[in-house]
Amino acid sequence: MLKFIVRRLLGMIPILFVVSVLIFSFVRMIPGDPARLAAGPDASYQDIQAVRAKLGLDKPMVTQYLIYVKGLLHGNLGTSLKSGRPVTKVIGSRFMATFWLTVASMAWAFVIGLFIGVLSAVKRNKWQDYAGMFSAVSGISLPAFWLGLMLIQVFSVQLGWLPTGGFASWQSLILPSLTLGSGVAAVIARFTRSSLMEVLKEDYTRTARAKGLPPNVIVWKHALRNALVPVVTMTGLQFGFLLGGSVVVETVFSWPGLGRLLIDSVAFRDYPTIQGEMLLFALEFILINLVVDVLYALLNPQIRLE
Amino acid sequence: MPQSFEKPAHGSGPPTLAGAGGQAVEPSAAELPVARDGFQTELTVSSPFTEFWKKFRKQKLAMAAAAFIILLLVIALIGPSIAPYRMDQPDYNNMLAGPSLQHLCGTDEFGRDIFSRILAGTRISLWVGLSSVAVGAVIGTILGLISGYYGKWVDAMIMRISDVLLAFPGILLAIGIIAILGPGLNNVIIAVAIFGIPIFARIVRSSTLALKSTVYVEAARSLGARNRRLIWKHIFPGTASTVIVYFTMRIGTAILTAASLSFLGLGAQPPTPEWGAMLSSGRDYLTQAPHVAFFPGMAIFLTVLAFNLFGDGLRDALDPKIKG
Repeated sequence: MLKFIVRRLLGMIPILFVVSVLIFSFVRMIPGDPARLAAGPDASYQDIQAVRAKLGLDKPMVTQYLIYVKGLLHGNLGTSLKSGRPVTKVIGSRFMATFWLTVASMAWAFVIGLFIGVLSAVKRNKWQDYAGMFSAVSGISLPAFWLGLMLIQVFSVQLGWLPTGGFASWQSLILPSLTLGSGVAAVIARFTRSSLMEVLKEDYTRTARAKGLPPNVIVWKHALRNALVPVVTMTGLQFGFLLGGSVVVETVFSWPGLGRLLIDSVAFRDYPTIQGEMLLFALEFILINLVVDVLYALLNPQIRLE
Repeated sequence: MPQSFEKPAHGSGPPTLAGAGGQAVEPSAAELPVARDGFQTELTVSSPFTEFWKKFRKQKLAMAAAAFIILLLVIALIGPSIAPYRMDQPDYNNMLAGPSLQHLCGTDEFGRDIFSRILAGTRISLWVGLSSVAVGAVIGTILGLISGYYGKWVDAMIMRISDVLLAFPGILLAIGIIAILGPGLNNVIIAVAIFGIPIFARIVRSSTLALKSTVYVEAARSLGARNRRLIWKHIFPGTASTVIVYFTMRIGTAILTAASLSFLGLGAQPPTPEWGAMLSSGRDYLTQAPHVAFFPGMAIFLTVLAFNLFGDGLRDALDPKIKG
């Protein structure tokens, strides 16, 4: 097991290397002179040269890259052009809001998705199945920003039950997490259904039935346990989707998280912050994939033996 | 992998004695009518398309979705000419008016007819969805074929690049690309196309690996077929059904992503009747006129839903092994 984890960790190194090169060259791919951009529109030639020297842009590319990586290893992501604060601080102050939003969305999406998936698999080709799967495909097709706005319109504007945006209390988590989680719930429902239907065809399910176990025990105790293995993997991968979806949902709900920070930074051309965020998102996503792989190996002994 | 059937020259063809002439014809789904004398006198062998159509026709929801998509394509072609109003025609006496017989979906903040603007926007959404997925599918398929067929360092290189692209969750990669290229509809197409490439490269690579070692490819190779011929004539058709299914399923996602980017202000800009951009400006009038945001969103939802249902139907008919 340890060997497996080490091998996967080593496999991450080349990916991380290329990701860092990509993000490093990111600023240099933008048309225009980054030093001029950083110095501002009214800067004189001397100012620009000074900024160029300060940012190290006068050095050769490889040296610049090494300086960049050295900074990364020291936890230095540069300085935000918008606020003048270190990017790590800016990102750090936004991290928890996105974290809670993601966790809340995933929690309800998993429970509801699993329930719909099991119901659809057990009542295969009955109305419950059709209703479940139709709501699942609708959930995948719903534009999150539209769902969010409509929820605001009904629950905040008309009924006045919940806040329209911001992150002040747990009530303000409800609408954003409903919006963000709907797509994930739909994917989990579809996946659970197909996985459980496979397991229900297996010999051991038939044995359980033959020895007279009640159908509920068979489904929830015997079949679902095995059906969950691929579902857990799939669910882990959906975290990446949540990271992406948070950009849209946070904009709709004025959520003080990383997603909205990214959009604000793009609008402001705050390149160091964009770079830092892209790096963080990529790192998170790669780590989640790693955890999912390890989890899969833990849950499924067949993989470990290879 | 779909089974390939020997296709007779003209549909059913002349009556043949089964097994006569040493012809091996797969009768898997074909009816074998038995003649009076007990011999099979006629063989109807269906083409892959007939096979597909038989299975697809049974799925009512997917059929309805296909019909809706055809309607959307027609609207995309002739939309503005059948619209009741010009999409940019303001009516300052009738701003933010709710739905009525005069204005089916109401009017926006300039008094423009929302229904007409939605009709005009169909063209944009379909164009963005189709073109971005097409670009991603073509490049990804070529890379996947090369990667799977040649293997070794070419494969390793292409797959590592895919890994890197897949290391950024979907829309974030698109936002990063737009941060470089600048906002605009064309850049959205490029961004969405780029994140489709690794997905197609991966699925085509894995089908290619499986097909490479099949007997018929071996046979073609031992007959002296060159690599290019093997790839395009023998392996590519085998991957086609998977590519078609993914292509359709990606269109919905691409339209959704593009609309999201426009909503975020990174794609189409306001005077354009792009659905995401319309919704974005409708957001400011949510409390007094929710219909301004409601109808463009509904248009996005129904369009994406249609492509997803159609994709599911295609998958069940063409390649049930692909998991949704």
